Amino acid sequence: MLSPAIHKLIKPAIFVVALVPLAWIIYRTVNNDLGANPIETLNRYTGDWVLRFLMITLAVTPLRKLTGWNGLLRYRRMLGLFAFFYVCLHFLSYAWLDQNFVLTDIIKDVIKRPYITVGFASFLMLIPLAVTSTNAMVRRLGAKRWQTLHRLVYAIGIGGVVHFLWLVKSDIREPLVYAIILTLLLGYRFWTRVHSSQNTVASGTVP
Amino acid sequence: MLINKTADILASEITPKEIYHQRRRFLQQAAAIAAAGATAGLLPYSSEAGQKITNVKKSPLSTADRLTSYKDITSYNNFYEFGTDKSDPARYAKNFRASPWTVSVEGEIKKPAKYQIEDLLKHFPLEERIYRLRCVEAWSMVVPWVGFALRDLIRRVEPNSRAKYVEFITLHDSEQMPGQKPGLFGAGLDWPYVEGLRLDEAMHPLTILAVGLYGELMPNQNGAPIRLVVPWKYGFKSIKSIVKIRFVEKQPLTTWFRSNPREYGFYSNVNPTVDHPRWSQASERRIGEDTLFSPKRKTLMFNGYADQVASLYTGMDLKKYF
Ligand code: HEM
Repeated sequence: MLSPAIHKLIKPAIFVVALVPLAWIIYRTVNNDLGANPIETLNRYTGDWVLRFLMITLAVTPLRKLTGWNGLLRYRRMLGLFAFFYVCLHFLSYAWLDQNFVLTDIIKDVIKRPYITVGFASFLMLIPLAVTSTNAMVRRLGAKRWQTLHRLVYAIGIGGVVHFLWLVKSDIREPLVYAIILTLLLGYRFWTRVHSSQNTVASGTVP
Repeated sequence: MLINKTADILASEITPKEIYHQRRRFLQQAAAIAAAGATAGLLPYSSEAGQKITNVKKSPLSTADRLTSYKDITSYNNFYEFGTDKSDPARYAKNFRASPWTVSVEGEIKKPAKYQIEDLLKHFPLEERIYRLRCVEAWSMVVPWVGFALRDLIRRVEPNSRAKYVEFITLHDSEQMPGQKPGLFGAGLDWPYVEGLRLDEAMHPLTILAVGLYGELMPNQNGAPIRLVVPWKYGFKSIKSIVKIRFVEKQPLTTWFRSNPREYGFYSNVNPTVDHPRWSQASERRIGEDTLFSPKRKTLMFNGYADQVASLYTGMDLKKYF
């Protein structure tokens, strides 16, 4: 669809754009513009971007199928890695700034507070996905096993939304928006799978 | 009351200098308006947030903790009637009409009455009370309130023997308070906002009705024109923009309790040993003081007011009645 030269440009462009949220919050931090509760601001800001990058990553496959633009697939890994990058910052803002690396407090929080339990589980699940994101790892695992492993991202997406739903006090509108987006993204996959398997059965082909 | 056109002594003492000078303007004086009552109400009462209040006495009940800045106190607010983001109240309460304002005092009392806000300012001696404010979300501030002891009002209206609790109700007006609009799920709370105290808690000398802060009439986003302040309880107990005070026999069904009784008890005393399911209450962050890397400070029992209020709860299981 696009010439290779343009593809070569898109990738670094996405890379730079994906760093804009980081640049913006660094700018605000050095300018003392994080509001009355800077730690809360940093923590929520990074959490928002984790969820956004997860949703964007999960949108690649549906978009590719709907538009027929297979080239999109080349950017999926980078987008997923940015979700991982921002969750590392998010976790760091929590463990360092909020909890001052007091391990016993962090462990207590993870065990005791369901929204942190779920967030932490999602974070842990993202680690093997990031580690196995290289071409060499895909080859070592084999495409099939790699793909099975990377289906974890569905659970991570759900975990991220549940984490948000459980942490708000009473106003669930914003997490609900993410829940709807996630339902569409996962629903699309489910729907296409059901349909393609029906087609398979109908046409009588044996896998 | 004194009408004071130059810098108010008290306010200048408690306000950080830069902020004080920056906000020094020609203002109509609240006291002048109160005095208008004395001159047979010839002058219209037009209170506006930010007007200086004069003749405010200092109080020995004030804390010596460092004040939170005016900017933080007025830009970081939980006031869901104007939206659930901390910055919403400052943005959406700008045109809130805090005047004219009537507070209806009713229920199990001998002298029910409807008070105009200026009457309240006139009847009761105003004091500056510098209190710690501890939010259930594990942050805290130090606020120089201006107000009067709730018990002064209670004594005036003479509760009868059936009055066991005091119920407070916020204005219900979704035109002015966009957060009360019944949109999709709204803020998740039932309006109007209701709070309550046991009568002895309401009679405690620390409990005040505040009409201002930093020596000025109450900013809209902080609960203009009149709000409750109960410094040993989590902030949400200190209900804002009160229109009704009712003396009742049964424990009032308060807003957050109704929304989630497992998380928000009727008492909601600051207690570092009873955790909220979402936040540890053992420690807190003092707004405007800590750096990015400083540890949280320990939360004190009853927010540091244990000496004064612990006796209200002797024999009570505070884990059960949280
Ligand atoms: C995939 C993993 C995660 C995602 C998608 C995620 C996402 C989010 C989002 C969207 C928010 C709310 C931001 C807002 O209010 O605007 C948030 C808040 C938060 N997250 Fe996460 N998060 C994740 C993992 C974690 C982990 C591992 C921890 C800590 C162990 C954590 C702790 C928190 C805390 C403490 C808050 C703030 C709660 C509050 O302010 O009351 N999160 N997160």
